[in-house]
Amino acid sequence: MARSKELVPGVGRLSRSQVYAARGLHKGLKKSEKPAAPEVAPTKEVQVGGAKNGEKRTVPTQKAPRFYPAEDVRLPKKSHKHPTSASLRSSITPGTVLILLAGRFRGKRVVFLKQLESGLLLVTGPYKVNGVPLRRVNQAYVIATSTKVELGEFKVEDKINDAYFAKSGAKGKTSAEEEFFSEGKPKAKEAFPESKAADQKSVDSAIVAAVKKTEYLPKYLKASWGLSKGQFPHQINF
Amino acid sequence: MQATESNFKRFVEVGRVVLLKSGPQAGHIAVIAEIIDHNRAIIDGPTTGVPRQSFPYKHLTLTPFRLTKLPRAAGSGVVKKQVEAEAIVEKWEKSSWAQKRAAIEKRRSLNDFQRFVVMIAKKSRTDRVRKAVHAAKRA
Repeated sequence: MARSKELVPGVGRLSRSQVYAARGLHKGLKKSEKPAAPEVAPTKEVQVGGAKNGEKRTVPTQKAPRFYPAEDVRLPKKSHKHPTSASLRSSITPGTVLILLAGRFRGKRVVFLKQLESGLLLVTGPYKVNGVPLRRVNQAYVIATSTKVELGEFKVEDKINDAYFAKSGAKGKTSAEEEFFSEGKPKAKEAFPESKAADQKSVDSAIVAAVKKTEYLPKYLKASWGLSKGQFPHQINF
Repeated sequence: MQATESNFKRFVEVGRVVLLKSGPQAGHIAVIAEIIDHNRAIIDGPTTGVPRQSFPYKHLTLTPFRLTKLPRAAGSGVVKKQVEAEAIVEKWEKSSWAQKRAAIEKRRSLNDFQRFVVMIAKKSRTDRVRKAVHAAKRA
């Protein structure tokens, strides 16, 4: 569509009549063909139970509302915005060492593997080095350092995706009594699934090998990051 | 009157090597080719990437180096020849002043991993020194 370029907020390059001419509105607006909505019958027949109720009844398909507001209230406008997954910063590539700033592992330096569909980053300690397992992490809570571990051809398996990290099933229902008596006692922990431990090992074996190639890098990943007096993140080179 | 007895050692004169304090070539050295007035001089650094231009003294620092044989109002070519003849840029780079500046710049540009390695190196050096001192004390 011909757009009138904005010179100043509220003032376009083209005047009202010039826009009319540019859009060709003298030809009339196009009528968009909307497919006809499927016909729905206004009433339907419903089986009714009970001995003296008669077997069938005609009932409207859409019930009338039980409640009408006293005054006509303005409905809020519907938003047409759609959430998109975050775009990856150019400084983050597979093998980049990231500093986690929040969460259980804040201050830890971890290796970036890939970005998942939800936009979250898949990272690993590696587990043997600093205790961080395969984990999802939000890009916003991460500092990307310029240090990169050379992963070469290594690619994480596709089975490790957002669904892999979904929490398993609902918690079993406990009666109020059981819950009352069990409060304060340590909860029974579920053993860490074997398959996940195996996945961790297989991913880490390649990464630990790459990390060991650089001197001091394993020590670096083991150490925690922190700011000391006189250090300001906007002035430090990461 | 006795021969010039002055508390000052570095003068603004033709041939004086100066260090630029501001502008796009901040941190580079150049040579004073001509004096304009009490505020400005024409400086030129053909080998150091400083274009020939007028520059206020306010934004210059005088160094202890000078080109002894530079004539007044010499063009860039002559300045270049003299700079190369006296190897003044090499002398500057070797001076402790220039080396300290380079060290500070390097320290500021370190990335997180490099700072970590420096920390490890400092620790190991301190450890060795401490052990040596202890051994010397016992002896």
